[in-house]
Amino acid sequence: MQQKQDNVIEVNNLKEYFPIKSGLFGRVVGQVKAVDGVSFAIQRGKTFGLVGESGCGKTTVGKTILRLYEKTDGEVLFRGQDIFELSHQELRKIRPHLQIIFQDPYSSLSPRMPVGEIIGEAVREHNIVPPEEHDEYISKIMLACGLQPYYKDRYPHEFSGGQRQRICIARALALNPEFIVCDEPVSALDVSIQAQIINLLSDLQKEFGISYLFISHDLSVVEHISDTVGVMYLGVIVEYGSTKEIFSNPLHPYTQALFSAIPVPDPTVKLNRIILEGSIPSPANPPAGCKFHTRCQYVMPICRTVVPKEIDKDGHLVLCHLYDEEVMKEKVWTGNK
Amino acid sequence: MSDNIEKVKPEEVESNFLTAKESRAISKENRRITDAIEKQRNRRNVAESEYTTQMKNPENVVEFDDLKTYFYTDIGVVKAVDGVSFNVPMGKTVGVVGESGCGKSVTSLSLMQLVQRPQGQIVGGEIRLNLGDKVYDVAKVPSAEMEKIRGNVVSMIFQEPMTSLNPVFQIGKQINEVIVLHNPGVSNEETKRRTIEILDTVGIADAEGIYTRYPHELSGGMRQRVMIAMALVTNPRLIIADEPTTALDVTIQAQILDLLRTLKDKINASIMLITHDLGVIAEMADYVVVMYSGRIIERGTAQEIFLSPSHPYTVGLMASKPAVNRDVDRLYSIPGTVPNPINMPNHCYFKDRCPRAFDRCEGEYPGEYFISPTHSAACYLYEDMDNAAKTR
Repeated sequence: MQQKQDNVIEVNNLKEYFPIKSGLFGRVVGQVKAVDGVSFAIQRGKTFGLVGESGCGKTTVGKTILRLYEKTDGEVLFRGQDIFELSHQELRKIRPHLQIIFQDPYSSLSPRMPVGEIIGEAVREHNIVPPEEHDEYISKIMLACGLQPYYKDRYPHEFSGGQRQRICIARALALNPEFIVCDEPVSALDVSIQAQIINLLSDLQKEFGISYLFISHDLSVVEHISDTVGVMYLGVIVEYGSTKEIFSNPLHPYTQALFSAIPVPDPTVKLNRIILEGSIPSPANPPAGCKFHTRCQYVMPICRTVVPKEIDKDGHLVLCHLYDEEVMKEKVWTGNK
Repeated sequence: MSDNIEKVKPEEVESNFLTAKESRAISKENRRITDAIEKQRNRRNVAESEYTTQMKNPENVVEFDDLKTYFYTDIGVVKAVDGVSFNVPMGKTVGVVGESGCGKSVTSLSLMQLVQRPQGQIVGGEIRLNLGDKVYDVAKVPSAEMEKIRGNVVSMIFQEPMTSLNPVFQIGKQINEVIVLHNPGVSNEETKRRTIEILDTVGIADAEGIYTRYPHELSGGMRQRVMIAMALVTNPRLIIADEPTTALDVTIQAQILDLLRTLKDKINASIMLITHDLGVIAEMADYVVVMYSGRIIERGTAQEIFLSPSHPYTVGLMASKPAVNRDVDRLYSIPGTVPNPINMPNHCYFKDRCPRAFDRCEGEYPGEYFISPTHSAACYLYEDMDNAAKTR
């Protein structure tokens, strides 16, 4: 990924391993490779969608980018600055620009704080507006997120799921962020409410030029909202490209299987479904070679031993031996032998 | 952004406020009603003739007829299911769709007599269950008799496989329990053989190994397979699948749906599939029932519902779900939220959110109007069409 001026976030070869400890003294006996070399960039005002099954490391990527976890390796550049090199004070200054919306609006709001306080706490802390304009500012933000300002004195339990998610969005938006990690923001909501929240997120993006990292397992939502998409499997992005390109022409066998598994709301469509056997292997003990080879329908001997290289097809990156011309040539050759 | 802002006035919201005195009065009244129903239920030696009935159509496994399940809460009566009627034909799949809180789960729990008593009560209507040689009205069957039916003739697959399996018992033991309970006198060897056989049927590769495992050792997809095995081991006539794949990933969802489809044909059971995912319904169901705020607003065959949705709510629901390879600039969103289930007004519940509401909608709750012999909607838009069909 070339250095570009308008990239808000750039992630280069990010790794995040969690130690597995056991025994009396907490000896480290292994590592869970939650994120194992992930690279992508997000442009200003654009959305990058990250899809994959549960346990593939999507959420860890989101949290590590915000330095909620300390990285194992790699770098995360925000406006060209590595956020892992910042001191505590510098990080504090940058924090308002990097925000997150969590999946579950029921557990991510403090039940003992009124809504105005939830949204306004960080605003006051970071001196976003002068104290005398504070109240007015909160009302403005709440209106932008479709909440009535008189809700300010209510507590989260008085709201429905969709409204709580609006509160979470307002809380993130109040700090004038440039970049928001949306970690499954609509998964816990009903379909009709989902549409409201998705529309709200895209409206806010248009109005304020915010960039999103949109993490979801719902492919149809990701397709709708994203400009570029990365498909993750066991800690690596196996396919990366523009949304249009990935959805119209999926290359990686995993992406193909994932897309074919989406139920289509039309009973006349006969599905040509690729059903994957088994489930995602444990990231504590990932398969050697290509991580997907245990479930892949096109598996070749080389997949079991050699990690595939990143193949670039006009900006559409795929991590698979099938598209590596050298490997395919060799395979034909060994096949003849 | 204007359509996103819910226009709720403060006064409207405050109208739900109750004083302690009012709340006490409601509780007292509720207790009087539920005590009377409980007393009726808890009689000993109820004659079988009291709860046997006749099917309208013997081809159906279950007929819900004007079912009413209410919850008597301290802030008022919640009509969770309010006059729901539909049939589940033999060997077919009926999909029940709706948003959370629309009463789809309560409908299925009523059939299993698993509604939380004494607050939750079936206060009206019939649920006719076809047992082959006789027909029971589940709403009146005494608890002791119901234990023989539940899990045997009708079984259920729940949403969360982890919370539905007991974490301290081995998988095999939990399935054995079902067999022993419904087949008294069966030998231990025979029980184990049948358990392993059913684990094999649901596509668990190492059935003997899984037999001695505990639920936490299995993945989500495997646990759901175990749940399905447990539901199928008694050869039920009807399987209720309550959001069976909501907690699973798409790839695992595809496996489980595929499994359910093949197994249904194998044992010739009917499935009542409850979900909010329209895609899953389209793939699985023969008939679809759309629920909103405790009532059926539209029903028909899957083809009719998906190709020509009629009720504005169904139309909105379809349009608000983004679909892969269907490019829209902006998602349609149904304005507003589901109404408060307490003290529902006597007009169409969807009126305030409906883009096609007209003056007729101010009248009382619309009846069921037929668009075709199998397709009906509870909406005044189709009143003329229904009348025309009747006079013809």
